[in-house]
Amino acid sequence: MEENKLISGCKVLIIGGSAGSLEVLMKIFPKLGPVSSFAIVIVLHRKNTEDSLLEELFALKSQIPVKEVEDKVKLLPGSIYIAPSDYHLLFEKNDLLSLDISEKVNFSRPSIDVSFESAAAIYGSSLVAILLSGANADGTQGLIEVKKAGGTIIVQKPENSKMPFMPQNAVNHTSPDFILDEGEILKLISAINS
Amino acid sequence: MIEDREIEILINDVFEYYGLDFSGYSQASFKRRVYRLIQLDGFLNFSEFLIRVKTDPEYFKRMVEEITVNVTEMFRDPLFYKVLRNEILPVLGTKPFIRLWHAGCSTGEEVFSMAILLKEANLLHKSLIYATDLNGIVLETARKGIFPLQMMKQYSENYMASGGKKDFSHYYTANYGLAKFEEDLLEKMVFSQHNLISDTSFNEFDLILCRNVLIYFDKDLQERALKLFDDSLAKLGFLALGTKETIKFSHLKSRFQQFEKEKIWRKIN
Repeated sequence: MEENKLISGCKVLIIGGSAGSLEVLMKIFPKLGPVSSFAIVIVLHRKNTEDSLLEELFALKSQIPVKEVEDKVKLLPGSIYIAPSDYHLLFEKNDLLSLDISEKVNFSRPSIDVSFESAAAIYGSSLVAILLSGANADGTQGLIEVKKAGGTIIVQKPENSKMPFMPQNAVNHTSPDFILDEGEILKLISAINS
Repeated sequence: MIEDREIEILINDVFEYYGLDFSGYSQASFKRRVYRLIQLDGFLNFSEFLIRVKTDPEYFKRMVEEITVNVTEMFRDPLFYKVLRNEILPVLGTKPFIRLWHAGCSTGEEVFSMAILLKEANLLHKSLIYATDLNGIVLETARKGIFPLQMMKQYSENYMASGGKKDFSHYYTANYGLAKFEEDLLEKMVFSQHNLISDTSFNEFDLILCRNVLIYFDKDLQERALKLFDDSLAKLGFLALGTKETIKFSHLKSRFQQFEKEKIWRKIN
């Protein structure tokens, strides 16, 4: 593992996950200090409900402020944005987020592939994408696009994942820059741009 | 994926050939839709697709149908409907006549949801629901009031969560995998093609619903559509948007007051 390879020039860190990923994030985010140079976008497969429990949970557990995602809000560094349930989350020019209720992708809305691909098109090499635990194939195609656009891709170690299918599928079909366990992911995020 | 430059060419050519303007659409979503269609219809590359669009008006219709997103459901966001039912309809009910407009109604699921609410509030008889969409094909579906039977379980759950007390199946007749909704729900609906970008106001309304349509527009186009809604709303009329849509970026926001925390605004000025 290239532990010393620091990631610089990151504008957006996007994290995708499904079953088993929330626990990972709940271990990482309480230990993460404020970030100033990049925005964090989280795309999790979540129940189709109107509540904002996930947003409240992150607000409670993290020092990084959580911004409510509405259509065409501006992505600002130093904040967390969580993809709302039942919408795909997309990226526009000028750092705007947009939403879309079109068909599910990989049985999912939000789909990780959709957000990763869209972020890759806008942010290119200033994008860092992390794919966590999960039980379906969502995310792999998105990581391929992130890599193609020059971004950095990170996959949770399948043996460290509660549901290894999603990260394993990514490991099999992409060339991750890093394959890390949760502790290493925390270290890496803390080291971005520092 | 497709290049931004190719999307620009498509938008220019479509405008030149057919007069339909997609230039104010949210780029990311539009690009995905075009890419999806190219894959779906098996074109080898973008140029082949573009030629077909330009030379085949029938295919152009298909393009419009596929590019505009027509995902909808009955009582989508049940809590929104609960607020309509408990808070908004009683206010509208004091009027002698209620005019409603569903802008971007797609295949009509939300229009039928509204008609059910009005019927249960005993207001349908004095209401008129205009339902419009850019896409004529979805309107033909909406007009029939026939939806897939397999969706009824979900819709019934949504209906109950919105505060519905009846047996939902009482509103439709099931036949060959389809659910046909009662004729009397249709009686107060007027379906018509209308383009939010290029067409003007056509009536004055007490409630305008436009949910999950503005998300496909960029900010300028959203502003234009909101102006159209403002022009079409009676004083103290209501505007209802999707759960993640907002008028807070618009110049018009001072003319409206948000109804509690809902995505419903009342025209106050």
